[in-house]
Amino acid sequence: MDSMIPLFIIVPLGIAFLIPLTWRFIPAIYRYLPSAGMLFLTVLAFNMLFTVGAETITYKVGGWEPVNNIPIGIHLIIDGLSLSMLIVINLIGCMAGLFAIPYINKYTGENYFYSLFALMVAGMNGVVMTGDLFNLFVFLEVSVIASYALVAFGSSRDELEASFKYQVLGGIASLLILFSLAITYWYTGTVNMADAAGIMKSGGAPNTVLFIQLFMVAGFGLKAAMIPFHAWLPDAHSSAPSPVSAMLSGVLIKAIGVYAILRLFFTMFPVTPQMSYVITTIGVLSMVVGVILAIGQWDMKRLLAYHSISQMGYVIMSAGIAMIIMSRGGDKKIAALALTGGLFHMFNHAAFKGLLFLNAGALEYATGTRNLKELGGLSDLMPITSATSLGASLSISGIPPFNGFFSKLIIIIAAVQGRFYFLALLAVVVSIVTLASFMKVQRYAFLDRIKAPRLSKIKEVPFLMYLPMIVLAVLCLVMSLMIIPGIRDTFLMNAVFSLLAEIS
Amino acid sequence: MVVYLLCFLLFLVGLYGVLTRKNIIKIIIGLCVMEYSLYLFMAMIGYVDGGVAPILDPAKPAGIVVDPLPQAIVLTTIVIGLATTALLLAIAIKLYKKYKTFDIDKINTLKG
Repeated sequence: MDSMIPLFIIVPLGIAFLIPLTWRFIPAIYRYLPSAGMLFLTVLAFNMLFTVGAETITYKVGGWEPVNNIPIGIHLIIDGLSLSMLIVINLIGCMAGLFAIPYINKYTGENYFYSLFALMVAGMNGVVMTGDLFNLFVFLEVSVIASYALVAFGSSRDELEASFKYQVLGGIASLLILFSLAITYWYTGTVNMADAAGIMKSGGAPNTVLFIQLFMVAGFGLKAAMIPFHAWLPDAHSSAPSPVSAMLSGVLIKAIGVYAILRLFFTMFPVTPQMSYVITTIGVLSMVVGVILAIGQWDMKRLLAYHSISQMGYVIMSAGIAMIIMSRGGDKKIAALALTGGLFHMFNHAAFKGLLFLNAGALEYATGTRNLKELGGLSDLMPITSATSLGASLSISGIPPFNGFFSKLIIIIAAVQGRFYFLALLAVVVSIVTLASFMKVQRYAFLDRIKAPRLSKIKEVPFLMYLPMIVLAVLCLVMSLMIIPGIRDTFLMNAVFSLLAEIS
Repeated sequence: MVVYLLCFLLFLVGLYGVLTRKNIIKIIIGLCVMEYSLYLFMAMIGYVDGGVAPILDPAKPAGIVVDPLPQAIVLTTIVIGLATTALLLAIAIKLYKKYKTFDIDKINTLKG
């Protein structure tokens, strides 16, 4: 099984470089290559989830064995959290790749789109597997450079401006991360995460560690678009082509932002009270301010982008609650419960936010606009888009039996048990505001009467566009099953314990 | 210690440029200055006083050698920096073709 690990990087990277070389010779099938590759990787990741279980596998790139117990070379590490993230990335990637086939038809240079798309997935797969700080930085850059180019893919005014803004802020974020990495190497003498964790947790120089942590929070917070650092996200996510928005909002901000924060702050750095308060604060701010900014939007994709900030706030807040409880030496079960809710919500968010962006893309494809004021009455004309978007809207607002309800419920229960009553109340209020804002989407886009006469003749989108929407909508329901104990242990608890195992 | 602080100052100079300049090209130059300050910083982390290049030769053992890992990191980062700068400049050229200006105050169709 070990020898299969590099496939997660090799397959998308190989596809990314083969498409520009060979697309002329295989014009019929090259569009399906990225989706096919990611489907294969999803199946592989599921297979590993069942065979590996709770173990941690380390793959040493190039076969460099440790010398005197000092690791040299790059380690790829597969544990519960990495596997869950790999499944999410490749599954959403496969669906967005299928959706892109009719959608991207109107642009020129289609082959470059599929190439960049596969490159972005290769980078994200690398980020969630690596056990080496500098390698994390390199994979992060691979995926974000591909995403900069993908945001600007249509090269219209909006897209170019959004991409420029995204690149400048993303560039600053990368440099902050690199700076903290340099200081980490200066202090610990290693860039291997497990090795650095040992030195950082042994105490000594707490101020240096705090300095590194602050730069890491700023860097990865910018990548994850947490509230003080969120300015680029609504522009970039709403201007990009819709399958790319689905990938950016559904997966990219999680893989390179939230995942990196969770991985570094739970397993590499010692859990300190100061940093847990910082992380909880930015989580709560994102949750509340994101939804307030979202409610006044009339551009459907901008509205969804602001909701991404708010929903990621839930994840960061529950991780922060878990850190506060652990730094106080509180009950580990409550900390584990909070983290379970956070991770569950992160996986759920990938499904429903990916679906909502695909719905917005389908609306734009069929009607040519995404302004909610111009739409209306589409539920009869586009039944599949309407039904799936209703499912996703109920899911993001936390209505049972959809998956969003259960993850928010776990987060709120954990907050109450940990005596964070105010945060629990805020989580409930934000959820209600989210519901209101999605009722607005449903009312103006699908339920109202038809406003523009030209909209009365539109048709449902082609098969390749509604198939991914149906799959993701089914997923929104099926993922609720993850709270049933037997299934939960396989899918969710392995991920939680891979973060909490090192803290005792 | 002073040299490290000067490196950090260079980083801040770049950041100041990115935050205050209105011209797209100057913003890109600011990002480059930030990047170069980090290359300098990392190269200095790996420097050992009186060290020589770390080339292992069994016949002629080297005494003190400098740390090669930061140098490898800097080389990789330079390549990444080339990619980001090239992409930024490509977007800047495209923006100029659309708007006929480099002024970011005039390029403001999105609200942010």
